[in-house]
Amino acid sequence: MWARAVKLGLRSWVGWRRGFTSKVDPQRSGRVTAEVIEHMERLALVDFGSQEAVARLEKAIAFADRLRAVDTDGVEPMESVLEDRCLYLRSDNVVEGNCAEELLQNAHRVVEEYFVAPPGNISLPKQDEQEPFSHI
Amino acid sequence: MAALMLRWSCLGKRWVLACIDGGSRHGRGAAIGLTSRRKRGQSSVAQQPLIAVQKSRKGEHEWAAVVGLEIHAQISSNSKLFSGSQVHFAAPPNSLVSFFDASLPGTLPVLNRRCVEAAVMTGLALNCRINKKSLFDRKHYFYADLPAGYQITQQRLPIAVNGSLAYSVSVGKKPSQVSTRTVRIKQIQLEQDSGKSLHDEPRSQTLIDLNRAGVGLLEVVLEPDMSCGEEAASAVRELQLILQALGTSQANMAEGQLRVDANISVHHPGEPLGVRTEVKNLNSARFLAKAIDFEIKRQIHELENGRKILNETRSFDDKLGCTMPMRDKEGKQDYRFMPEPNLPPLLLYDTASLPPGADPQQVINIDWIRERLPELPGKTREKLIQQYGMLPEHSFTLLNEVGLLEFFQNVIKETRAEPKKVTSWVLNIFLGFLKQQNLAVNESPVTPSALAELLNLLDRKAISSSAARQVMDMKRGNPRAINKLIGLVRKATLSRADPTVIKEILERKLSS
Repeated sequence: MWARAVKLGLRSWVGWRRGFTSKVDPQRSGRVTAEVIEHMERLALVDFGSQEAVARLEKAIAFADRLRAVDTDGVEPMESVLEDRCLYLRSDNVVEGNCAEELLQNAHRVVEEYFVAPPGNISLPKQDEQEPFSHI
Repeated sequence: MAALMLRWSCLGKRWVLACIDGGSRHGRGAAIGLTSRRKRGQSSVAQQPLIAVQKSRKGEHEWAAVVGLEIHAQISSNSKLFSGSQVHFAAPPNSLVSFFDASLPGTLPVLNRRCVEAAVMTGLALNCRINKKSLFDRKHYFYADLPAGYQITQQRLPIAVNGSLAYSVSVGKKPSQVSTRTVRIKQIQLEQDSGKSLHDEPRSQTLIDLNRAGVGLLEVVLEPDMSCGEEAASAVRELQLILQALGTSQANMAEGQLRVDANISVHHPGEPLGVRTEVKNLNSARFLAKAIDFEIKRQIHELENGRKILNETRSFDDKLGCTMPMRDKEGKQDYRFMPEPNLPPLLLYDTASLPPGADPQQVINIDWIRERLPELPGKTREKLIQQYGMLPEHSFTLLNEVGLLEFFQNVIKETRAEPKKVTSWVLNIFLGFLKQQNLAVNESPVTPSALAELLNLLDRKAISSSAARQVMDMKRGNPRAINKLIGLVRKATLSRADPTVIKEILERKLSS
């Protein structure tokens, strides 16, 4: 379920990138370069782990690419599958909160009602520095 | 070669580096060049970016600085943008956090009506086109104070676009020399605020408080039409006044309700724009201008010494008075924008398009909001000038000082003295007195009634103006002045008044 969500997310992202950077080339092999994989791993903190996973990604992209066969000239892009729904407007009243204790129970470490996080962002190590991960 | 004294000044849209070098040809050339450039500038078409010109010492090459701003204003509302937890400045850590704010799985955003109204009001006040349909997106980045890993914002289609903000800058040494400038507003969007990080360096950890996470923000993007720190500061000040007049944000920079990021670059006029840097989190009106001017100078200095400007994010160190690189050198951030799948498009209506029989709680009518917009600062100033015959610069001062306008209006109500007299007294003597004592208007020991009485006495010629000034001296805690005052009153009443009675009356009046 999580993998599918990631795939959908990645597809939309890669599709968006493609749309801006390259013209449609039906002859392209659809290979995803190691550079792009590393970039995506860094951005999304997703572990591609093996060549198999990359191949699966390429197949998914090729599958989505079939959409290009459809003629969409003059058709307004759909922004949301919820476009026919009404966006509900909530009135400005305070109805939630005051549950610090409950929330902090989820935290690994807590200091005086604050969540504790490592200092700043810790960058993912570069490709050659990474240890091979096993699939979780 | 005699040492060149370089004097920087930003006369509105003209950066002038006047070289004072005992009448060198270079110096004279600069002065002549300046005048002709100004004339040319004034006749240029309004849409062109205002060029600030700064001559360098090395060659006759001019530099133009380009400043754009991204301003985040916290919306003044009871609850957050997408959840029902409270918006409040000081509260125990993590006590104003709902499950959605903490990004627990299974929670969904629910849009706060008040925040949408605030955005529409602000858009209308800034002459924007309100988009009847706007969309929400996710902006992804990882940081401990952003529990979801993304921020809900409006990147593709914001709620308001293409507006303008008029502000005023001084263009000379005299207070009357002010000029009105306009900066275009690219867009206004609704977005979530992040939580707060408290860095604990010694223990190598960061403490996270999510009270602020999810609070509604209005991001106002100003096009790079400004050319120096003073212009930027004036524009921000005017925006602050507008937001406060509308009630959409308290816009208090000290409490973090108004945050400014500046995008700054320099280039030679006629050449393409230079690489820009972003100076983030300018949280004080005082340091805003300083930081921007420093960054402009730094960039010019780097480029003149053959170095390049990096497209980076910097922060301003107010103690050192300089900007420093901020983020880790990851290069350009990729936010992986995607539509927010849990929110349908936001639809707004006007009177013509309002669907019949719609639940009024569930629809927002732009025309209805426009009709009920409060009076904006520009209009207030106009009225002051017309009603009381005051000079434009006086109207600016009255509005710029917190609480001063109300004070002034209260004095006017209770006094028979001429408005011009009241203006002069409030702006010069009263304000001067406050500044000297380092007091805000609401801390003033002199009440509007007291000042009104004083001015009445002055008007009736019961006391002289020097006596009136001495009353102010009294407030400074100068007890001898009251005796002097008694003497003067006695003189004025031709010694007919009883000194003890005078003293009593004065003390009563002064202590009120």
